[in-house]
Amino acid sequence: MEFNLTEERMMLRDTLQRFLADKYSHENRRAMIAAGEPYDAGIYAGLAELGVLGAMFSEGQGGFGGQGFDLMVVFEELGRAGVIEPVLPAVLAGGLIAALGSEQQRGLVEEIIAGTHVAALAQGEAGSRYDLNHVETTAAAEGDAIVLNGIKTHVLYGAEAQTLVVSAREAGAATDAAGISLFLVPVNAPGVTVSGHRNMDGIPSATVALDGVRLAASSRLGAAGEGLEALEAAVARGLTAICSEALGAMEAAKELTIGYLKERKQFGVPIGKFQALQHRMADMLIEVEQARSAVINLAGNLDQPRGRREIHACAAKNLIGRAGALVAEECIQMHGGIGMTDEYALSHFARRLTMIDHLFGDTDYHLERFIALKAG
Amino acid sequence: MDLNYTKEEQAFRAEVRQWLEDTLPNELREKVRLGKRLAKADIERWHSLLHTRGWLAPNWPRAYGGCEWNAVQRHIFEEEACLAHAPRSLPFGLSMLAPVLLAFGSEDQRQRFLPRILNGQDWWCQGYSEPGAGSDLAAVKTRAVRDGDHYVVNGQKTWTTLGQHANWIFCLVRTDPDAKKQEGISFLLIDMETPGVTVRPIVLIDGEPEVNEVFFDNVRVPAENLVGEENKGWTYAKYLLTHERTNIAGVGFSNALLTTLKHVAARVNSGGRPLAQNPHFAARMAQAEIDLMAMATTNLRVVSAAAKGQAPGAESSMLKVKGTVIRQELTSLLRRAMGPDALPFQPDFLDGGSNAAALGPDHAAAAAPAYFNMRKLSIFGGSNEVQRTIITKAILGL
Repeated sequence: MEFNLTEERMMLRDTLQRFLADKYSHENRRAMIAAGEPYDAGIYAGLAELGVLGAMFSEGQGGFGGQGFDLMVVFEELGRAGVIEPVLPAVLAGGLIAALGSEQQRGLVEEIIAGTHVAALAQGEAGSRYDLNHVETTAAAEGDAIVLNGIKTHVLYGAEAQTLVVSAREAGAATDAAGISLFLVPVNAPGVTVSGHRNMDGIPSATVALDGVRLAASSRLGAAGEGLEALEAAVARGLTAICSEALGAMEAAKELTIGYLKERKQFGVPIGKFQALQHRMADMLIEVEQARSAVINLAGNLDQPRGRREIHACAAKNLIGRAGALVAEECIQMHGGIGMTDEYALSHFARRLTMIDHLFGDTDYHLERFIALKAG
Repeated sequence: MDLNYTKEEQAFRAEVRQWLEDTLPNELREKVRLGKRLAKADIERWHSLLHTRGWLAPNWPRAYGGCEWNAVQRHIFEEEACLAHAPRSLPFGLSMLAPVLLAFGSEDQRQRFLPRILNGQDWWCQGYSEPGAGSDLAAVKTRAVRDGDHYVVNGQKTWTTLGQHANWIFCLVRTDPDAKKQEGISFLLIDMETPGVTVRPIVLIDGEPEVNEVFFDNVRVPAENLVGEENKGWTYAKYLLTHERTNIAGVGFSNALLTTLKHVAARVNSGGRPLAQNPHFAARMAQAEIDLMAMATTNLRVVSAAAKGQAPGAESSMLKVKGTVIRQELTSLLRRAMGPDALPFQPDFLDGGSNAAALGPDHAAAAAPAYFNMRKLSIFGGSNEVQRTIITKAILGL
């Protein structure tokens, strides 16, 4: 049993912490969003230089990490600082390319690690909600080519990406597990239309229309019709990332609130002297520690067989969803009006925490899935 | 014990429903139904329609252009208006300032200000909270110093809802800095076009500048704008707060939300079936509905006592806590119901006309902003913590 980080991971955490404390401020992030910039390209290059993107991949894949605890260390810090730069797509789409890609396709991984190429995962569709197997986008063979048709929704960083990893159906009915393939689609391919927007939490996202997009058969990532298994494994890695990010955001929100309880005076005393608030703060601390343990469980089981991995993925996402809502709502309430203002960092942590519940399955979805996995 | 409305009350409900059906413009109904933001002109239009019918001021005496409705009638009207997706009328002039003027203002002040509230000439806002006076409202610091026939006002108010549209503000100001906290406060009416008044919008967590900071820099206010007596403002402020707390339970809003939630849950797909058939989500919805059914009756118990002339006391604190918790839970469920479609931030759709296209199904665009916005319910008008303290002292005697 060892709950301390290895020396390498501690170093990564410390350098990342210093970099973000130095260069990443809530004010800059707000100004950037207000100016309509999707994210700060300079910061992203800096993160790549620090090795943050390399830490998302194993040595065999060209990186120097890639394990659950590498994801946890990095994303907790990203969450604590409220970073919106595209590290998550490196885990999701980048992870799929590294895991399934041909030698030629894997060339992209090097560019992703260098921060010079963004690949985004396009798996959601209108009506698919959180089901990865719900794929109505079609991939039909036409001679030597494959033609994609469909609309992909909620593609995180879709408008900033150069390449999309698209799930499309080559066989079977809309929700069949078999028959789903993954494809590498350059965003400038004829028939691809990317419409960008911003999410509630400031993160850029997009809707991608695929209208008769002709691809060479070599664009397929992995085996035909067998994409779901790899997609699920990549999403488990993505869940580790966003659960860790939520943990960092919870820690930051908690710290802001403790500071406020000590400093804000009403009725002649700091409001932190009121027992009604003290006990709620104590409950919050307990839940955040529970959340940390759930994330550790997931990170430590990420490379285990599917059943075990997925049980921890469901448990962590369910618990993070509950703890995240509690922290977001209680921190706002204990601050009062100031906690609801855009100017104050807390409201951004609250938005991110809340929106993380809407990514890759919410509290209820993972509860139901946990029950099914345990029964199965 | 009789849970039924009287024949007269039922007839009144039918009359209100018919009027709403005939009069409420479709654009307004759609905006409210989809949770879009109402422009100043939308609210003014709604006020003007109500005024034409004579229904703008439910609780004012008829002599001043009001309806003199009792608490049950007001409750019925609010319930019907919510079900019809009518906009909410602005409370600041109608149900906050007006009762204070009627109870404590001079006849001159009533004749001067009340008609202008009805005909839409004035848009009032509330100058109560300050950066250092939130839950502890009596800690107001904004100073008003008498100078001949004027007061000179210096200080800052905050969380002033829709102050960006207002031309008048009623303020709590400190006129005697040496008196005990509650005793040196006065109630002053300030024309916001007076030199020295500055309004700065505050963007909130939902992206909307719904509230404002209002700064006063040597603002000269005619002494005739003082309501009642100098240094008695705390009494008037407390009186106003009891009026602010009628309809505090928000049962009508919650009923409308529940209807929307059921509508959405029946249509959204969750794993091959409607979300309403997902056992976890169905249980959450049912729980909220059960709470709301009981809450509606708790509210009617208070309303009915109020209609018989008993002023609601600490019971209104109970209504506020439970009512806001239920309403917040319903907005949380509606947000969850939208799944990934709650993610996009769509200010152009929310601000724009009904023709702007939205991402996701109906109600998706407003789901997350409404959830975030409604966090305010347990903070403003006396936070739920303050309400619990009132219950502890006034009802429990602890």
